[in-house]
Amino acid sequence: MSFLRTLAFAAAVSTLAAGAAAAQTTVKWLHLEQNPAQVKIWDEVVRRFEAKNPGVKVEMQFLENEAYKAKLPTILQSKDRPHILYSWAGGVLKAQVEAGVLEDITAAVAGYKDNLSAGAVEAFTIDGKIYGLPHNVSQVGFMYNRDLFAKAGVDGGTIKTWDEFLDAVKKLKAAGITPISVGGQDKWPLHFYWTHLAVRLGGKPAFEAAFKGQNGGFEGETFQKAGELMKQLVDLEPFQTGFLGFKNPQALGFFADGKAAMNLAISHHSATQRALAADKKGIPEDKLGWVNFPMPAGAKGQPSDTLGGVNGWLFTKGSPKQALEFVKFFISDEVQRELAKNNFIIPTFKGSEAALGAVFMQNVAKNIAASNYHQNFYDQDLGPSVGRVVNDAVAEIAGGSMTPKQAAKAIQDAFKQGN
Amino acid sequence: MSQRSDAIAMRQEAHAPVARARRSTIDTRLATLLLFLPPALMLFTLFVVLPIGEAAWYSGFNWNGFGKPTRWIGLDNYRFVFDSRGFGTAFKNNLLIIVVSLTIQLPLAMALALILAERFRGAVALRMLFFLPYVLAEIATGLIFSFIYDGNYGLLASIYRAFGAEAPHLLASTQTSMLAILIVVVWKYFGFHMMLFIAALQGMDRNLVEAARIDGASRWQVLRHVVIPLLYPTIKLSIFFAVVGSLQLFDLVMPLTRGGPADSSNTMVSFLYNHGVSRMRVGYGSAIGVILFVICVTFAFSYKRWFMRNE
Repeated sequence: MSFLRTLAFAAAVSTLAAGAAAAQTTVKWLHLEQNPAQVKIWDEVVRRFEAKNPGVKVEMQFLENEAYKAKLPTILQSKDRPHILYSWAGGVLKAQVEAGVLEDITAAVAGYKDNLSAGAVEAFTIDGKIYGLPHNVSQVGFMYNRDLFAKAGVDGGTIKTWDEFLDAVKKLKAAGITPISVGGQDKWPLHFYWTHLAVRLGGKPAFEAAFKGQNGGFEGETFQKAGELMKQLVDLEPFQTGFLGFKNPQALGFFADGKAAMNLAISHHSATQRALAADKKGIPEDKLGWVNFPMPAGAKGQPSDTLGGVNGWLFTKGSPKQALEFVKFFISDEVQRELAKNNFIIPTFKGSEAALGAVFMQNVAKNIAASNYHQNFYDQDLGPSVGRVVNDAVAEIAGGSMTPKQAAKAIQDAFKQGN
Repeated sequence: MSQRSDAIAMRQEAHAPVARARRSTIDTRLATLLLFLPPALMLFTLFVVLPIGEAAWYSGFNWNGFGKPTRWIGLDNYRFVFDSRGFGTAFKNNLLIIVVSLTIQLPLAMALALILAERFRGAVALRMLFFLPYVLAEIATGLIFSFIYDGNYGLLASIYRAFGAEAPHLLASTQTSMLAILIVVVWKYFGFHMMLFIAALQGMDRNLVEAARIDGASRWQVLRHVVIPLLYPTIKLSIFFAVVGSLQLFDLVMPLTRGGPADSSNTMVSFLYNHGVSRMRVGYGSAIGVILFVICVTFAFSYKRWFMRNE
């Protein structure tokens, strides 16, 4: 009798265990988000998804931005790789596709993708195949502190040209205010200056020509001029003391503490800066202004051209189909609106941008919608090896150890060495 | 005759066990070799020899680390390395670290060791105190010092402010970044060398010192002609550790400056990481690794051959 009972018990346990094993799928999601307020919403989204899909567990993993970029090739080729990965599209994505480590999702998103902004999906399309889903677009521009501008007698709304911008910097300096904070140690915050000047000066044709190696490539006139204009700014000493030792989060915190008047930021940094402030409040919505990157004299680009990112999620080879299901759920109207309401993202789901909370984020969304040429960040677009040289060279212009000409040459050399 | 043959027989009898014993020693030694050598040899091959071979192989390719390397470019990666300004700076920085280790760190460690090897109240506590930085993890040390050096909020900044001066941003300038790192290197590793010297001093035959004293040698003469010569083996070992450690310095650099600004504070290893690993240029990185390996091996062998012959 007791033997039978044991047997029955054992059978019951093994059935249970087998049942659990069959139903349990774990989706591993690797993200880079540092803002606890945003991660909190993501956590809730995960819980909602898990509630709707019994047996699926979504496991969130975090890596810091720079650490992620350095570890990525190793991560992708390990057996224990995550299923969902963060991506900035561009040349890095292309290298990953060529290596065959990503899942082609073209067929799986056939109907769904029409809900998303076509331009953003295009960024994740390589040779007609879709490899990722975009959840956020962003624009690079000057985020400014209205109080400090008022103190120096500068009107942010009137800054349209590069010379007007330089005048504003001079006025701020004269008023004893640090005009700009920048995370120089990370280098990419500095590369925005050079890149955006190039976007303004040459527009889309200049970049495309350089990419094909025409007109002297990245050593050509447009790119040297971009360096020279940047040098004009650097010569005014507009950055906080010791800016080459600041990482970007520190620089954003410096701005958020009201110690600098401007930061050349990615649009969603307007939300990030709050988390990075010493008082965790930062610059409130109504004190925060936005200036589109100014136009230099003789610029061939359109004022509507934008520099910014397209962020999305990739799927590694062999990831379960629930991974895609989750991302579709994550990039749904409901979730996108929730994130937009808090100004964490400019949504890619069509119509969700109506929920954007702050006025200037609405403007940014309009800017991107009106843009005919949205240039992805150079350091991503050109791939890791050349992109990092752009960052290095521009940081050296800022530090005064390279002339604009040398910087352009270093970039072109790296582009020729390539890979 | 019979006595002799008896003796021979006895000798032969005596031989047999010796031979047997010898054979069995050989047997056990063989068994030991068969038992203990393969695991060590396998591990060494797997984790040392193979990676070195692989690195040498990869260094001939233009490869981003995905899939298999296919684009063979011969020695181009080595040319790129030697052409780059950053590698030259990194190499010079490594030499600088070695020079500072030998001229500042070791004499400092030796002086402290000579004082603290004596028995007096607090000697042990002081030894512990000076040894502590060595125990601290490198990354933690780097982070702590990056807070100390911070020109806005750091300890250094508050000291400057107390005197009414503006603090320099040591880590943000190409002129001072390496200086800042060198200070941390000396601070972190002098305790280790001090301990080596203390151990050597305590193991030294005190009679020699006493004999010299009785012969009328002054303190300085005892130190110069008795103590330091007796420390030579330890000094040589200490120099060896200092040089090899300096060549491999990496984990202090990353949290402090990441090799910047403008590659001014890279060591060869951090240069490898910044320009090889984080740019996904595996071939290029491997070439740097091979160069570093050759430098280390050349140093290790020639140093052992010329200076540590007798040990």
